[in-house]
Amino acid sequence: MKKLVKGNEAVVIGALVAGCDAYYGYPITPASEIAQAASEYFLPLGKVFIQAECEVGAINMVFGSAASGLRTLTASSGPGISLKMEGISYLAGAQLPCVIVDVQRVGPGLGNIGPEQSDYFQVVKGGGHGDYRTIVLAPASVEETYRMTIEAFDLADRWRTPVFLLTDATLGQMMEPIDICQEPVHKVDKPWALDASPESNRNLVTSIYLDFDDMEAHIERLHENYRQISKTEARAEVSGAEDPQIVLTGYGITSRLLRSAIETLDARGIRAALIRPQTLWPFPTAIYQGSVKPGVPVLAVEMSRGQFVEDVRLALPKHQVSWYGRVGGNLPELEQIITQVERCLQEVSNA
Amino acid sequence: MPKVFQKSAAFFETFERKPGMQKTTHYCPGCGHGTLNKIIADQVAELGIQDQTIFVGPVGCGVFIYYYFESAGVSAAHGRASAVATGISRSNPDAIVISYQGDGDLAAIGTSNAIHAANRGENMIVFFVNNNVYGMTGGQLAPTTLLNQKTTTSPFGRSQSNDGFPLRVAEMIAGLDAPTLVARVGVNNPRNIRQASKVIKRGLEIQRDKKGYVFIEVLSQCPTNWKKNPQQACEWIDDVVSKQYPIGVLKDLADERGALERPRKEADFAAVAELLGLDAEAETVDKEMILPYEEMRFKFAGFGGQGVLSLGMMVAKMSMKRHLEVTWLPSYGPEMRGGVANSSVVAGKTPISSPVVDAPNVLVALNRPSLEKFGPLVPDDGLIVYNSSLIDQVPDGLKGKVHALPATDLAAAAGTVKAANVVVLGFIARLTGIFELSDIEAFLRETFKKPALLEVNLKAVSTGWDAAGDI
Repeated sequence: MKKLVKGNEAVVIGALVAGCDAYYGYPITPASEIAQAASEYFLPLGKVFIQAECEVGAINMVFGSAASGLRTLTASSGPGISLKMEGISYLAGAQLPCVIVDVQRVGPGLGNIGPEQSDYFQVVKGGGHGDYRTIVLAPASVEETYRMTIEAFDLADRWRTPVFLLTDATLGQMMEPIDICQEPVHKVDKPWALDASPESNRNLVTSIYLDFDDMEAHIERLHENYRQISKTEARAEVSGAEDPQIVLTGYGITSRLLRSAIETLDARGIRAALIRPQTLWPFPTAIYQGSVKPGVPVLAVEMSRGQFVEDVRLALPKHQVSWYGRVGGNLPELEQIITQVERCLQEVSNA
Repeated sequence: MPKVFQKSAAFFETFERKPGMQKTTHYCPGCGHGTLNKIIADQVAELGIQDQTIFVGPVGCGVFIYYYFESAGVSAAHGRASAVATGISRSNPDAIVISYQGDGDLAAIGTSNAIHAANRGENMIVFFVNNNVYGMTGGQLAPTTLLNQKTTTSPFGRSQSNDGFPLRVAEMIAGLDAPTLVARVGVNNPRNIRQASKVIKRGLEIQRDKKGYVFIEVLSQCPTNWKKNPQQACEWIDDVVSKQYPIGVLKDLADERGALERPRKEADFAAVAELLGLDAEAETVDKEMILPYEEMRFKFAGFGGQGVLSLGMMVAKMSMKRHLEVTWLPSYGPEMRGGVANSSVVAGKTPISSPVVDAPNVLVALNRPSLEKFGPLVPDDGLIVYNSSLIDQVPDGLKGKVHALPATDLAAAAGTVKAANVVVLGFIARLTGIFELSDIEAFLRETFKKPALLEVNLKAVSTGWDAAGDI
């Protein structure tokens, strides 16, 4: 059953289909439609919805709900995500599953409400204190925003970890049809959760281990989990020419612009391929290494000043990896991308 | 009443969660926390609510409260216990939720969360342990530190000019409408302990009966950081502290309040589908759409309020119902507040790459700034429709085929200038051949439920359609 919805609304519909029980949030452009849709749909269905007093309050209510075993959602944009980061560290430390959406806007500081991808380091590399990771999914369409929200809840439960959905102002505000059907939902038993039953009333949800060796063992447990996630959950979509002269790479909305660029390049006789990471942590390093032949140049395009490109360079240390990006709320224009591609190819032929 | 020296049944027999010294607590000798823990445990045991009780621990001296209580426990971040307790309470409507917080935690870093949990009337009981200092971190100044009291960060004594006045939190909470019971008690002498036991029992009964939010401030002695012996510390509460923070019940509405139930329900897919109105959305039109371009790349632009976003949305929805791939991308934010607004729609038979329309093959410009901004981007084979009611001068050098449409005037004649966007819809549908007039009319009937509004829009769309017939 198709419905034309904004990316932000698709998050909420995905959450409903995934059996999400609780939403806690705070208004911020360009993510507010998520809280609005959640208030409209969660309350009539008997689910929990609270507009919290602040982002910090919202993420800590998420902590309480997640500790209670509920599938729990929150969403915000850069400035709000900064405020949530302390709570996200606690969620990771206490191994609590939940889904957090960052509809990226322009930063630093107040920035503006246009699209950017400059929360990459904050979201992908941690952001909060301590030695933790979170799974980060990067949808490129409204339909994928919907699907990945459903999947995010499964991943969060399976690995007992917070999962980020990293979108941006463009994806959040644009409308595309989504196909809403009953989807298989993989809810798991949570014997560790606090559900006010006699069976659970000796459970303890905490991230503090006073004894140094106990704490080290706990961190090691987290990292064993991260190793398993890295092995099994990294994903990327590879498309375009089979024997490319150049590989373009970008995530989220940027990958859509790159797809258009590849079509234009094809019409002009230049073979280009696209690698679009669908998970940013774990980063799909093996897919990069398996898809880019030696000597083929790579152009990473992002709406930030060289964050995402760092991971591409780590994945492809022997390749020429160039960077192009626009910030401030601007999307890279098609002709600008083409010009950058031509520059890269020229540099290779000069070398 | 249980024997004074008997260990409460609500405590663990030995404190195995505690690393080392598992027969004693981590509290300093003479500390009020131990006494308060004992009172709470006794009352929890007496009410038989131990198995439903969930303790939310703070950061501060109460951080290890889960060492002692044989109930479910959770550690919150500093100041966040009331927010965490909110999540737990809403998720577990049957739980007895106890948020145990100190004065740094609740009255400084977590004030906002504490006040708002109280104001929502959450089903929870908050113990606010006021010992005038940050105990755990080494006796620093707290919002509750008394005037002239020396601490490790007020070495010359709390000064009103530098640090302000001691904060009376119970009075603040009692000023709110939602809380059911607000009280201040002491645990420094037998009389105060007996009174505290009564108040705490009442607070827990309110929780058992789901009658809302309870706040109990507990004046607690901290001999270590006060640099007093336990006896002096207990006396100092009577002689000095309780003068600033009077003991007593500030508010008790338990007898007049009913249960505040916040039940949760599970919703299956059928319930979700019904709420989303999926059946109505599912109606599709089995008509092959004839597209004049391989991919339609529309730009609809005008003043905010001229309906350019909804015009794009109508085109997008109708395209979707005809099984096309479609994207709709709005301009938004500052641009929408009175400036130039626009929406971009891409529709085609194959998946759409970029939703951004840099070079529209159909441009609708409802005001002059829009025509000047986007007109030059239209390629040779593109169409430009401009609102000749408001635009008297067309820029030179436009490449696409230019059509004048007095959209505002035609809409006004149809009944309202607000329908200018629907006039345009009729016009471009006929011009490009993408929709039949009857298709749009059917769509408008689904969209506009109010008869008067529908009538105006039907008139508007046929006016636009007719105008395109003259070309």
